Amino acid sequence: MTSKPFPNDSNWLLASLFTVMLPHLGHLPFWMWGLMLLVGTWRFHLTKNHASLGIWVILPIAAAALFGIAFSYHGLFGRDSSVALLACMLTLKLLESNNRRDFIILILGCYFLTVSLFLFNQSIFAGIYVLLPLTLLTCTLIGISHPNGQLPPRFQIGLAIKILVQGVPLMLVLFLLFPRISPLWELPTDAYSGMTGLSDSMEPGAISNLSLSDATAFRAEFKGSPPKQNQLYWRGPVLWNFDGRSWKMLNQNVDLSKETLASTGESVRYTVTLEPHNKNWLLTLDMPSQLPKDATASPELQVLSQTPVRSRIRYEAVSNLKYTLSPELNDLERIFALQLPDHENPRSLALAASWKKANLSPEAIVNKTLEMFRTDKFYYTLKPPLLGVDPIDDFLFNTKRGFCEHFSGSFVFLMRASGIPARVVTGYQGGELNPVGNYLIVRQSDAHAWSEVWLKDKGWVRVDPTAAVSPDRVESGMESLSIGSRALPIFERGDHPFLRNLYHHWDAINHNWNQWILGYDDKRQTELFELLTGKRLSWEDFTLGMIICVSMLSIPTYLFLVRKLRQPVDPVLRLYRAFQAKLARKGLPLFDHEGPVDLSERAIAHFPDETGTIISIIQHYNKLRYQSQFDPVSFKIFRRLIRDFK
Amino acid sequence: MNKQPIDSIIASISQVILGKDKQIKLSLACLLAGGHLLIEDIPGVGKTTLAHALATSIGLDFRRIQFTSDLLPADILGVSVYDRNAANFKFHPGAVFTHVLLADEINRATPKAQSALLEAMEEGQITMDGETRELLRPFFVIATQNPTHHIGTYPLPESQLDRFLMRIEIGYPDEASERALLKQAGGRDKTNDIIAAADAATLLELQRDVTGVHLSEALLDYLQALLRYSRESATFNIGLSPRAGLALKASAQAWALIHGRDFVLPEDIQAVLPSVANHRLQPVNNGEKVRYASELMLRSVAIP
Repeated sequence: MTSKPFPNDSNWLLASLFTVMLPHLGHLPFWMWGLMLLVGTWRFHLTKNHASLGIWVILPIAAAALFGIAFSYHGLFGRDSSVALLACMLTLKLLESNNRRDFIILILGCYFLTVSLFLFNQSIFAGIYVLLPLTLLTCTLIGISHPNGQLPPRFQIGLAIKILVQGVPLMLVLFLLFPRISPLWELPTDAYSGMTGLSDSMEPGAISNLSLSDATAFRAEFKGSPPKQNQLYWRGPVLWNFDGRSWKMLNQNVDLSKETLASTGESVRYTVTLEPHNKNWLLTLDMPSQLPKDATASPELQVLSQTPVRSRIRYEAVSNLKYTLSPELNDLERIFALQLPDHENPRSLALAASWKKANLSPEAIVNKTLEMFRTDKFYYTLKPPLLGVDPIDDFLFNTKRGFCEHFSGSFVFLMRASGIPARVVTGYQGGELNPVGNYLIVRQSDAHAWSEVWLKDKGWVRVDPTAAVSPDRVESGMESLSIGSRALPIFERGDHPFLRNLYHHWDAINHNWNQWILGYDDKRQTELFELLTGKRLSWEDFTLGMIICVSMLSIPTYLFLVRKLRQPVDPVLRLYRAFQAKLARKGLPLFDHEGPVDLSERAIAHFPDETGTIISIIQHYNKLRYQSQFDPVSFKIFRRLIRDFK
Repeated sequence: MNKQPIDSIIASISQVILGKDKQIKLSLACLLAGGHLLIEDIPGVGKTTLAHALATSIGLDFRRIQFTSDLLPADILGVSVYDRNAANFKFHPGAVFTHVLLADEINRATPKAQSALLEAMEEGQITMDGETRELLRPFFVIATQNPTHHIGTYPLPESQLDRFLMRIEIGYPDEASERALLKQAGGRDKTNDIIAAADAATLLELQRDVTGVHLSEALLDYLQALLRYSRESATFNIGLSPRAGLALKASAQAWALIHGRDFVLPEDIQAVLPSVANHRLQPVNNGEKVRYASELMLRSVAIP
């Protein structure tokens, strides 16, 4: 074995390095693109001219790159900078890779970098794409390890694929059984920047921005048929505080007493697969009567997880669509539910005051307001005009165009001004049923805000002022809207049935991928094996099981390989050995220095009944093994004779 | 490939040498492989008879030299004598100008006489008075010798032993053969009754056939394993030379041909190995065990 790799190997390596780096380019600084291009070209020429570089050329470049990364990322720790560092150092390693050992180190590093792609992207595409660098890297490794050096590429690729396929059972065992111990399975914190979702405050424009995103917020599978579209109110943050412009959640230190929930009617059971959004809230249908495992509910019945949702999670919940929430309102809640900034939005305050003066009942005021939205030329639009100093006044009396946050916000304002306790609830409304997988897709564009008013004896009642303006939004979902629907992502529009159908299929695949591949966490693992074994297994059990399975896979493979290596390649000889083994089983001692004729003579002496067969076998063997021409017919007879020999 | 002449040759020799089938075949194999034969045994077991019968059965010229301590090279090779009538030297060919030469009791001659013959054997030609003379083809030397510890012998050095393709021993006849021999009337005279079963042309053709016998890769592996063993094993002082390897190959091919095959079997190699190897090997533990050296080799080397 020479320690010098062939130019072929170097080119393989360049190709695989390219495929490894390609998906990372998006989050690497620009200067590294240039560095990679430079180093790649340099390497190509070094190989061509059989040249190599000294350490004094490489060291300054490496130092400069290190500073560059530290500068670009403001440090060397965390996901982004670590991956960039690895990518950079592997690129530079190319320059000093002159022998087999360097190549192998580089390839192993590249395998690692390939896996690190999943820190950024866990989609099916990433999963499929990774197969490409994986195959190429394995090809390179084969090329380097093969004593013959120059191999035909087809052979190399074929062997690489074969090797990877052989690894599949091992992969499955590790995937299914590897214990998911928590610190090992978490991403560094900077991986969560840029996640979209509901925020803990609402101001004009916040939700309409979200509405332009076709990203999936969560998917829900119902036991039985899902509720009607206009009942799908997915409860998120409840907003109480209004500072004149934005609505906010209550301070966490405020200790409200828990609102009482009296559920009536049928309960709906469903499983939600929630995309990570880096916040604590879990979305449930109004109103959750049975919380997901390990979750808590705020006093106003917003369901919260213990830690921010940083990876896709699955939870099961039960909700009742008919309910009475908190028929008695305590004083503290009443204060918060009536709070308004002083002296702002005077026209709205005046309007409310006029209703109050008319001594209208709370129900009448609610209806009057909704009536106003319905009849007074209010429009629902994704692109509302900017609002002035008193945004509620501006919206109610001037622009009259708005999105759900405008309607719910101003509605609650009017209610509070009229002395009716009210609050804003944000969340998602509706969702699209995917007929392919029979589940509901709820997107960021389904984000919604509505109101709850407290009425005596009825408790908190949901009022959706948007429904008054644009009933379609609530009845049929976002995509049914004609206003501004051009701004919606193409897949969500109703005007391309084929694309929509395709999208549904694709989303169903994605959903399964999320459910079974990415969502296979410690909980699912335990669940699955509880189902299989009837016992709740601990991570120690999984570790043990994994070790056993891996040994069960690898030990027979090892033995098989050892046997195969010992076995002669020549099929004739292999059959002859089988014949010898059969004779040995019958009690004939074997000597490895004994030729076939001598063996046959001894065999005949031992087993005179088999004389004819033995002679015939040996004749064919001698002909097949020692004659210059191979006779296929003779081989067939020979094979049959040995097979039938007992 | 015509096996008929071989069978006839064996049949005719068998009439004279009773119960020595293997030795007859070995000596014929040696002849077919184009090598020279050394027969080593005690006097009176039929060495000369075998040589004579072999020569006669093939229908070749046969000459015999009795090696003695006063034998001169000229007695073997020939001598140039001044011819007064022609007024020049005339070469009188020696015994070596024949097809089959029986060098009887070769180890009784001085090394000088021995080496004269051995050079002729190796080169197939002799050079005298600056003139090179070709020997006849085929040229086949059958040398006999008494075991080296007999009185008045000059043992052949290893380098010269190596020139003999095979060394065989004849041994005492078995009971039945001896009985038949004793019953026979006339004894050695029977050699004269042998009719030639072949001629020189047939022999040359058979010798060509030998080189065409197929030796598979597997058996080349086996051959090499044997050679390697002889060189690496601590049992032997000197291993088998490449010439010995070639000799082994040619002998095995000839052996296969004699048995009517155009390909070699492992048993062919095993059959000829003692005759080809024993006189070339020098076991560390010299003496009695020499004759078992090749037996040891065969048992130690696995057939691939």
